[in-house]
Amino acid sequence: MAQYLMSVLNETALPTDEEQAAIDVFNDRLRADGHWVFAGGLASPATATVVDGRDGDPVFTDGPYVESKEHVVGFWIIEAPHLDVALRLAALGSRHCNRRVELRPFLG
Amino acid sequence: MTDVGEVLTRVHREEWARVVATLARRLGDLDVAEEMAAEAFATAVERWPADGVPPNPGAWLTTTAHRRAIDRLRREVRREEWHREALMLADTPEPLGAIDDDRLRLVFTCCHPALAMEARIALTLRMVGGLTVPEIARAFLVQEAAMGRRITRAKEKIRAARIPYGVPLREDLPARVTGVLAVLYLIFNEGYLASDPGKEAVRGDLTAEAIRLTRLVRALLPADGEVAGLLALMLLTEARRAARVSASGELVALGEQDRGAWDRDLIAEGHALVRARLATGQPPGRYQVLAAINAVHTDARDVRDTDWSQIVALYNQLVRLDPSPIVRLNRAIAVAELDGPEVALAQVDGLPLEGYHAYHATRAELLRRLGRSDESRAAYDRAIELAGNTAETAYLIRRRDQLARP
Repeated sequence: MAQYLMSVLNETALPTDEEQAAIDVFNDRLRADGHWVFAGGLASPATATVVDGRDGDPVFTDGPYVESKEHVVGFWIIEAPHLDVALRLAALGSRHCNRRVELRPFLG
Repeated sequence: MTDVGEVLTRVHREEWARVVATLARRLGDLDVAEEMAAEAFATAVERWPADGVPPNPGAWLTTTAHRRAIDRLRREVRREEWHREALMLADTPEPLGAIDDDRLRLVFTCCHPALAMEARIALTLRMVGGLTVPEIARAFLVQEAAMGRRITRAKEKIRAARIPYGVPLREDLPARVTGVLAVLYLIFNEGYLASDPGKEAVRGDLTAEAIRLTRLVRALLPADGEVAGLLALMLLTEARRAARVSASGELVALGEQDRGAWDRDLIAEGHALVRARLATGQPPGRYQVLAAINAVHTDARDVRDTDWSQIVALYNQLVRLDPSPIVRLNRAIAVAELDGPEVALAQVDGLPLEGYHAYHATRAELLRRLGRSDESRAAYDRAIELAGNTAETAYLIRRRDQLARP
């Protein structure tokens, strides 16, 4: 089994009620089929803080590390035997949350 | 002894994919499989001239490559799980039929939709076709180092993202076969009409390789109509290769080709495939219809004998499967022969293909036939501007300059 990060990409953060309901259905299915590891929605990029603690006192910078039109607005961590299964889940997830997703394997 | 070189070339063509595919399954790593297969062939080059060709060259190569892989793994200090598994699998006898399955796995892995199209093409030519990185780089006019990186990146993704080494899930299968055929057709087309002005107009090496790979996929998926269709399409196109470019390096249009120079054997094989598909009575896909169109063309010993109504009927069928503007453009070319240039021009005008040289070349030809020389010249100018292939540009320039001067 391999784990994949499925990041949800969008310009606006919050899903509509309908989208949220569809996401819940998808989450139930992930759990039922044993693919679920973790998932969560993120607050808007404006609420982010970049922290650099490499050199003495940490430096805090308001805002996301990169300015872009699209952001990661949420994510799933899923478990799948290989990419073909993960791709099917990603396609399903994308349809349910009505947004594009980026699928990326964890190392290991 | 003089024949050993020839035997090696033939064995390389016939056995490369099998050796890589078997090792990839046993070792669970495409990269190591490729490297060890290459080493085994290098050993054969060294040993066969002196020791003679072994009775079963494929088995000899697989065994040699596998032993080398094991030797290397034993030398390595850190062994990941697959290394141990590979060691344990060392001399497991092959289940019957597993080798062909392995090659099919290899094809599906190399043509995986999560890889960029150019990576799929390069990987397929390397892993299944056995072409070297410099050969692939030359074929696509890419720097060797860049092509090497492209292949390395693809292999890294296969490993890290766990692109499976296997036949696709049942529900993915039709789309995945279509994806494999798209890769093969792109390889063929790159050879058939190189897109780059710096390259030879028609390159037999790539078309021959595409046909060889498609034959392999056909042997692995004999019941798939579209695989048969694509093979027939390639054969019927390849049959006309010698007649397609003139001695002076100019593209020769279908209607002007010396049909005596067409390859009758390839045509016979292509026609047999098309007939066999028709006999199944199953609705044809895109490649089968394209093959049928080419079968009608190659059936006519003289261009005047071409059954244009049949061709237009087939294009109508193709438009229903694929209503893209390019298909409609090609249909209009056939319509011009059946119903005249005016009807065809009405179908061509307004197609959203402003940036496509063939759109302007088709308009230029139709306008010429209608005696509208000025408009025709302007269309040729635009086509010449957009055409990338040297032989095609030469043809278009000659056609333009034949127009009556205003």
